[in-house]
Amino acid sequence: MATAEGAAPRLTRRRRRQLVLGGEYAIFLVVVIALLGSADWHEIHANFANWSIAKQVFPDIITVGLRNTLIFTITGFTLGLAGGLVLALMRLSSAAPYRWFALTYIEAFRGLPALLIFVFVGTGVPLAFPGTNLPGGVYGQAALSLGLVSAAYMAETIRAGIEAVPRGQMEAARTLGMSQGKAMRSIVVPQALRIVIPPLTNELVLLFKDSSLALFLGITLQERELSKYSSDVASQQGNSTPIIIAAFCYLIITIPLSYLARRLEARQKRGQR
Amino acid sequence: MIEVRDLHKSFGDLKVLRGIDLEVAAGEVVCVIGPSGSGKSTLLRCVNLLEAPTSGTVIVDGAELTDPECDLDAVRRRIGMVFQQFNLFPHLSVLANVTIAQRRVLRRSAAEAQKVARANLERVGLADKIDAYPAQLSGGQQQRVAIARALAMGPSVMLFDEPTSALDPELVGDVLGVMRRLALDGMTMMVVTHEMSFAREVADRVVFMDGGVIVEEGPAAEVIGAPSSERARTFLSRVLDPAAAQVGEVEEA
Repeated sequence: MATAEGAAPRLTRRRRRQLVLGGEYAIFLVVVIALLGSADWHEIHANFANWSIAKQVFPDIITVGLRNTLIFTITGFTLGLAGGLVLALMRLSSAAPYRWFALTYIEAFRGLPALLIFVFVGTGVPLAFPGTNLPGGVYGQAALSLGLVSAAYMAETIRAGIEAVPRGQMEAARTLGMSQGKAMRSIVVPQALRIVIPPLTNELVLLFKDSSLALFLGITLQERELSKYSSDVASQQGNSTPIIIAAFCYLIITIPLSYLARRLEARQKRGQR
Repeated sequence: MIEVRDLHKSFGDLKVLRGIDLEVAAGEVVCVIGPSGSGKSTLLRCVNLLEAPTSGTVIVDGAELTDPECDLDAVRRRIGMVFQQFNLFPHLSVLANVTIAQRRVLRRSAAEAQKVARANLERVGLADKIDAYPAQLSGGQQQRVAIARALAMGPSVMLFDEPTSALDPELVGDVLGVMRRLALDGMTMMVVTHEMSFAREVADRVVFMDGGVIVEEGPAAEVIGAPSSERARTFLSRVLDPAAAQVGEVEEA
């Protein structure tokens, strides 16, 4: 303002920016205070942070809920990774039927709700193959469902990774006398997997959340995972505290994983070629 | 050792090679020179069938690669190749780069593969880089590892595809030095290159290509020193003295 003069002193650019920013803060504060003020804190505290109910869900929410969630996720991810790798290689195969099958599978399973797959595996597979029981019962069914879904997504990720490996790598391997398959296995795929570790980590986070769909498989008390367990207890007790605890259990795993994925991605961008 | 007869190669409508006949005797060093787009790299890549010829015959070390019944993987073991972009395996250490094909293809034991790797890395002067990764090496060092990797397979022929074109000028000498020693050791070599001094000094024979055909071939001193064709003369004057070109002078077609 020091140099501004004349009849209608105009705002300097810096002054105007300060005013705009101040306005934004003010609006934010007003909204937050209004929301906090109109909420019933006593009810919120009793319903979402009830200490005596919180104590009841331990240790089962960890030893049953989180444990099963982790089992479903890890077995599903392992199946999905194996299936995704096979589908990716089929997608890149020179034999047309393989390509068609892989493409159809990928498009179909990416286009369906995961819930539908769970219901299908839970009810359809026992009907279609009578007398067969998936190994591990519900655990097998959950792993298969998650594996079927995630294989489709991972296949596309891995295919992109394989195609990102420079063509010269395959050529160098072939000139050393390796067959197409051997060069793929020992030179191209190891590099491709390195490239796709960050996106696969994100896939793991998605799977971790999707494992909650296992509740549609007809599970026993001991087979409940985090979501099912916490919502059961919540409705028994008429209190939402278990839901909040389950939410924290999810975030404790997903946030570090997402962070790790971002770190790996950043490191990859900096280093190597 | 290498015999190429009436070789044609087209990419779609583009005829890159239009009838190449070439022989390289055992122990001979042949340098292939010519303007970019003349088809010299394609010719080299046809010799080990990295590029499948449209028609014609390629015979290396007694095996006809263009025969559909030919076991390409088996023949390629005897044909070493060095690329412009090195193409080292970035996820493997220098030692593993040199041993992996020995292990997986020749089924050598770990101990033997390492022994061969060490000997060949010594040959290219990089025995001390055995545990390094390609990204930690200079371009010249990477290319020398690539040469050691090819030599470790015990090839009877070595193909070089512009091995120094991607290198900083001060690193070219090391790679050429290794190649010169290789030539003196009696290796059969086919080298696509822009290094005229190397060609003049090391090559037994120089082949000048343009427009998908061999325009001129003969002893290095003749083809480089006193080319008989107009096209070779124009090309060589440009390469040997780039600063002399006049602005607006028509590019050689």
